[in-house]
Amino acid sequence: MEKMHVKMKVNGKDVDLLTEPRTLLIHALREELGLTGPHVGCSSSHCGACTVDMNGMSVKSCTVFAAQAEGADITTIEGLGSPDELHVLQEMFKEHHGLQCGYCTPGMITRAHRLLQENPNPTEEEVRFGIAGNLCRCTGYQNIVKAILEAAAKMNEMKESA
Amino acid sequence: MNEATPPKEERTAALSGLGTSRKRVEDARFTQGKGNYVDDLKMAGMLFGDFVRSPYAHARVKSINIEKAMALPGVHAVLTAADLEPLGLHWMPTLAGDKQMVLADGKVLFQAQEVAFVVADDRYAAADGVAAVEVEYEELPVLVDPFKAEADGAPVLREDIADQKEGAHGPRRHPNHIFTWESGDREATEAVLAEAEVVAEEMIYYHRTHPCPLEPCGCVASMDKVNGKLTVWGTFQAPHAVRTVASLISGIAEHNIRIISPDIGGGFGNKVGVYPGYICSIVASIVTGVPVKWIEDRSDNLMATAFARDYWMMGRISATKDGKITGLHCHTTADHGAFDACADPTKFPAGFMNICTGSYDIPTAYLAVDGIYTNKAPGGVAYRCSFRVTEAAYFIERMIEVLAIKLGMDAAELRAKNFIKKDQFPYQSALGWEYDSGDYHTGWDKALKAVGYDALRKEQAERVEAFKRGETRTLLGIGLSHFTEIVGAGPVKNCDILGLGMFDSCEIRIHPTGSAIARLGTISQGQGHATTFAQILASEIGIPAEDITLEEGDTDTAPYGLGTYGSRSTPVAGAATAMAGRKIRAKAQMIAAYLLEVHDNDVEWDVDRFVVKGSPERFKTMKEIAFASYNQAIPGVEPGLEAVSYYDPPNMTYPFGSYICVMEINVDTGTTEIRQFYALDDCGTRINPMIIEGQVHGGLTEALAIAMGQEIAYDEQGNVTTGTLMDFFIPTAVETPNYQTDFTVTPSPHHPIGAKGVGESPNVGGVPAFSNAVHDAFKAFGLTQSHMPHDHWRIWKTADTLGLHD
Repeated sequence: MEKMHVKMKVNGKDVDLLTEPRTLLIHALREELGLTGPHVGCSSSHCGACTVDMNGMSVKSCTVFAAQAEGADITTIEGLGSPDELHVLQEMFKEHHGLQCGYCTPGMITRAHRLLQENPNPTEEEVRFGIAGNLCRCTGYQNIVKAILEAAAKMNEMKESA
Repeated sequence: MNEATPPKEERTAALSGLGTSRKRVEDARFTQGKGNYVDDLKMAGMLFGDFVRSPYAHARVKSINIEKAMALPGVHAVLTAADLEPLGLHWMPTLAGDKQMVLADGKVLFQAQEVAFVVADDRYAAADGVAAVEVEYEELPVLVDPFKAEADGAPVLREDIADQKEGAHGPRRHPNHIFTWESGDREATEAVLAEAEVVAEEMIYYHRTHPCPLEPCGCVASMDKVNGKLTVWGTFQAPHAVRTVASLISGIAEHNIRIISPDIGGGFGNKVGVYPGYICSIVASIVTGVPVKWIEDRSDNLMATAFARDYWMMGRISATKDGKITGLHCHTTADHGAFDACADPTKFPAGFMNICTGSYDIPTAYLAVDGIYTNKAPGGVAYRCSFRVTEAAYFIERMIEVLAIKLGMDAAELRAKNFIKKDQFPYQSALGWEYDSGDYHTGWDKALKAVGYDALRKEQAERVEAFKRGETRTLLGIGLSHFTEIVGAGPVKNCDILGLGMFDSCEIRIHPTGSAIARLGTISQGQGHATTFAQILASEIGIPAEDITLEEGDTDTAPYGLGTYGSRSTPVAGAATAMAGRKIRAKAQMIAAYLLEVHDNDVEWDVDRFVVKGSPERFKTMKEIAFASYNQAIPGVEPGLEAVSYYDPPNMTYPFGSYICVMEINVDTGTTEIRQFYALDDCGTRINPMIIEGQVHGGLTEALAIAMGQEIAYDEQGNVTTGTLMDFFIPTAVETPNYQTDFTVTPSPHHPIGAKGVGESPNVGGVPAFSNAVHDAFKAFGLTQSHMPHDHWRIWKTADTLGLHD
């Protein structure tokens, strides 16, 4: 199949991919750019393990073609925090035991990050609804919800003191 | 003279040992997207394999034409059974002593069965190849109902063994019959039932479901023809067993096979077995000379990879009029699908289903299980349970409720009246198990008090009256469950899988500067072994947990063990860890005594050091001892500080717990809301309370899924109707409640640190709690038994059948 150029910005860097028109965004990210944080869990938009941020919205990258991301600004888990300076959400997930096998975690944190941009002061119910597109088989969500609420509080504190 | 010693408490806290909620060391990589799962592997020249799967549940394969597929760009090979036959790999042994087709050999026996394996440049080219393979099928009559399997004229599924009267587990009475397994005293039980004052009888069905870990199964096989070594990275819950089995069936010497389990995205029993994808990837790598990756997709996983449960359990339970249980009889029809691929110890073809007397002192009991072939996917794995313990617990906890209805007795009271008493442990059950320890009444009373049981019953009665007056359309259900698990398989004398004894292992090396590495025969799939096993060790050898690296899953470096499933890691490998730690400490004691110039018996252990008895100012810390062990010539003592322990447990462990679910049910919509869920677990000594709580939350949510909507369903033609996450229920954060956790501690008397395992308890005890809540809500309107899963439609239908919509 003839390949095409797709340009996008991923985690702040400009990239130019030469890929088949049918290549899914998740495979372009994982296999062509080596960003293996987002995972494939269901291939049908249900589980959210592949969640990335695209132009300020959470998308399931297993059902978006790379070609549809032409010109887009993409953020993956690799773009949130660094080993030297973890994102508050990453810290809170560890602090509150919000993960076990880790497979849903990158998508879950990426989604939570966008949720807190959309709603910096969510109630527990709003957090639960806000992450309902991301499935976790290990934790029962209780500690994930706790981690997100705690992260929201900390992020608001940081904003105030800034 | 040494410097002043910090207080004991301070030194103990610095270890982050047993009983502390140590934060997980795994989380740094997982939260940053730096986990290393099998599909993350990328190798030079790596090809990708994918399956042509059967659209039919039962059909003869007339022909397979690979010509068009081979002509496609990027397609390198298409394997069929004919290609595997010369290698003897077109069939493979199952863990249950049966055999299973790797690729369709003349016929297919379930929908989505593997028919051909296409090897191509990448997953897209492989998908093109799969679409281009032409298979001609001739449909055969389909058998989906296990109760029709032995009827006259029933289609014969397994033509390969149709004439075999003897199977792996004894006589077979019909071509579609696999085994009959019995436990207990049939005649005595029949006699008790015949003479009983009260007998309750019910069919309890635990439906077919699926572990569905978020990461599907997969592997990368790489045959290095230069040095003759095969390496397979994969989603293996039992890497060492996979290596031995791979060696036995392929003829490749075991030292030339290296199995590596990288990070695993959840297992729940799904990743114990050996699947055709593994075999085909290995063969494809041998054929092509490059690494071959196979990763199943979600539908492959749900439709073809091992299912769980599917037990039809016909129960009879007898009691005196005042509620003392006298006997229990269970006949189970077990739908195994097309091949018997259960993951059970060899001598237990129905797993530990004979724990079905539960938490109760039942003097006489009998269990028989008939395994049956049908045109469904093979499996029968222990989905977050120890070999059919979930089925057993659901059965007895439903039968108790059914009996309570028959007796007109409160179900909580009936349980308490029949619990095995604290002073009866160790308790010999009528079906042959020795329960190691327990204290059921204490936890049960605590649980009833915590939820305000009496007030709840009062509220429920008032609700029923209000409903009858037309003031509400919502009923209240109180779901009770008291489970007893049997985990930690197991004593090698009666537990093996394919002849491999079910011990486990730990090997420890202390480095000269006093940090350490420990390797185990198990493999974490999210349980946090790297965190918790370091804690066990920290308490045993006085080295801080953060200075101990934990490694598992590489058969070239880790000691041999049977892996992680059936809640066996803590009971078996956890015990091995403590025992290996004690060997280290024994050698450290000799070194310390030498350095302190006293007799071995004149020093004693004190948190992180050996101290001269009566002279606390004279000591050697573990760190000092480690350095001396490598660098100082000590007469009669070998240099170095290492130990290995292979632990064969003397008995299983028996975790237990009291769960109560309070549920609101809307009679008109069939929707439910969990108002409260209280879970009290007793897993013996608690290693990391934070992780225990996390395991309980997760296991309860899997129980919620199973009880309230999750199933693998088939239509009459054998089509799977729940093959995607659109139809296969996994609760989101919206349906999942907050859980209230609690505990008691009854240490296991035979485990070195008294721990029992907890990962599976919440699933085992949770399913009956949710299901009993549904039944309990409708009890006042005449419901005795209905089948799971209790999805909205089924609950609505129950309400409708009871006339609540009239």
